[in-house]
Amino acid sequence: MAETTPRPGGDREPVPARDASVATYGLTKRFGHQVAVDSVELRVPRGAVYGFLGPNGSGKTTTIRMLLGLIMPTAGRHDLLGKPFREHAGAVLPRVGALVEGPAFHPYLSGRANLRRLDAADRTADPRTAAARIDTALERVGLTSAAAKRYRAYSLGMRQRLAIAAALLTPRELLILDEPTNGLDPQGTREVRALVSGLAADGATVMLSTHLLSEVEQICTHVGVMHQGKLVAQGSLAQLRARAVPRVRVETERPEAAAETLTALGVTDVTTGAGEAGGLLGDLAPEKIVAALVHDDVPVRGFGVVAPDLEELFVELTGEGFDVSA
Amino acid sequence: MSVREASPTPGPASPARPYVPRSVSTRFLRSELMLIFGRRRNWAGMAALAAVPIIIAVVTKIWPPGGGGGGGPDFFNQITNNGLFVSLAALTVELPLFLPLAVSAIAGDSVAGEANTGTLRYLLTVPVDRTRLLAVKYLGVLTFAFAAVALVAVTGTIVGLLLFGGGDVLLLSGRLVGFVEGLGRVLGVVLYLGVCLSALGAIGVFVSTLTEQPIGATIAIMVLTVLSFILDQIAQLDWLHPYLLTHHWMDYGEFLRDPVDLGALGPGLLSAAAYTGIFLTAAWARFAGKDVSS
Repeated sequence: MAETTPRPGGDREPVPARDASVATYGLTKRFGHQVAVDSVELRVPRGAVYGFLGPNGSGKTTTIRMLLGLIMPTAGRHDLLGKPFREHAGAVLPRVGALVEGPAFHPYLSGRANLRRLDAADRTADPRTAAARIDTALERVGLTSAAAKRYRAYSLGMRQRLAIAAALLTPRELLILDEPTNGLDPQGTREVRALVSGLAADGATVMLSTHLLSEVEQICTHVGVMHQGKLVAQGSLAQLRARAVPRVRVETERPEAAAETLTALGVTDVTTGAGEAGGLLGDLAPEKIVAALVHDDVPVRGFGVVAPDLEELFVELTGEGFDVSA
Repeated sequence: MSVREASPTPGPASPARPYVPRSVSTRFLRSELMLIFGRRRNWAGMAALAAVPIIIAVVTKIWPPGGGGGGGPDFFNQITNNGLFVSLAALTVELPLFLPLAVSAIAGDSVAGEANTGTLRYLLTVPVDRTRLLAVKYLGVLTFAFAAVALVAVTGTIVGLLLFGGGDVLLLSGRLVGFVEGLGRVLGVVLYLGVCLSALGAIGVFVSTLTEQPIGATIAIMVLTVLSFILDQIAQLDWLHPYLLTHHWMDYGEFLRDPVDLGALGPGLLSAAAYTGIFLTAAWARFAGKDVSS
């Protein structure tokens, strides 16, 4: 157990707002009476790969839509790349590549024609380099050979790649990617993750929303967890892991006696079960507990300190399971 | 099909943008026009518009009108004398339904179509300023409105001249003018009707900002047009008539009088300008602060 020191409240890393690529202040969105996003305070540090994690319907996409100015917050505000968004949207957004709620293109245009249209809409994009930039973006996502095909004929994975290519048409300092590996096969998933890591290595900040824990563990440096519209945890992956409070677990024929000893030692949240007792370790040294158990003549068959893994932590935070299959 | 992990360009870490955007760029508008005029569905619509003058000309060639019937539109009786009238006859019969329908389809699709395919959210994050998006969308509709009228007129003129020949043009007021002046008057009709249909297009763009269903928007715009025609027929509502969208559309006949009284076209142009101004403002008010959740 490497990270066993509990740090209550250590999830709120005080990233100064000016060093954050994304910073929100009390960002809130209400639809009628329903609060979709509730006073969210995101801090995505510059250069981070930030996993925006949460079950479906937890408010991730609504938050991302607000970050990009697609929907207006009911309350609160946010900065992108250090600039207040409301005042500087036109100057900031060209430096931001985005993938929002799946790919969307004109079905009767080819992949290349669709990218050409998006590039034509970008006032800051140089028309002289458009063809070269479009080809490079297509090549980066492996769509060169399918570039002339109509979008209608694309598979879901190809559509997703085209959307990522669109986000890479011009150099970006921040990429906001909503479920970027959605619909990709395992090979495509690996490629997109490698691409994201490559972009981050080049200096871009990446914020990606996902409901896949494995994705976060593989490529993210930071994580924010959404649950029912609230940001319930945020920080670096290491910090979040440290937040996982380890428990002691005693295997014994006399769980009641073991529980007594544990309580006497100051272990909290003591539980008993069939042939076992347990509780939160706290600041106690595990060997002290063993000694105390032996001293109290509790027959110990097994003893362990168990730190919950990330998945258990997120289930604890959100009360819901995550799809960890991919 | 492999993702390149490290690609030399474009590197996200190089924020330098040596390209200085021009204050006015037509690139997005050209892209919009390509979208409208490159779409097969719209080709089919334009083919239908162009078919009408061809049908009129061929039918008239095979079965010439008896003459002195007096019941039909005047232009039809003139066709055998001068092919130029094919275009005017075609415009007259297409004005109540085909032309407004074509403009409604394009205008209804303008914003709702992008919302329906989801491309609206990607345009806005490019970013395209919402006012600029509306401006480009409306300019696209406006271009299509003029192009649709011109298509009918040009097709009619060509087919008419081929089948019936040209020559001097007999005006409604009974005077003959030269062929070139006749062409100029047809051009006047085209421009006037283009302005009228552009006003309809402005209503269409507004309706298109209200929904994510382009077909629904198109039907709604068509319903408004037909309703305007119907109300214009009800004598008891004559106080309302001058304010109806379609009331002045038929005023284009003024171009075939002698001399052309431009003052008589004033109310129609004023009405079109008012409708355009009001509904573009409404579209902007609606769209500028709208949540795009499609």
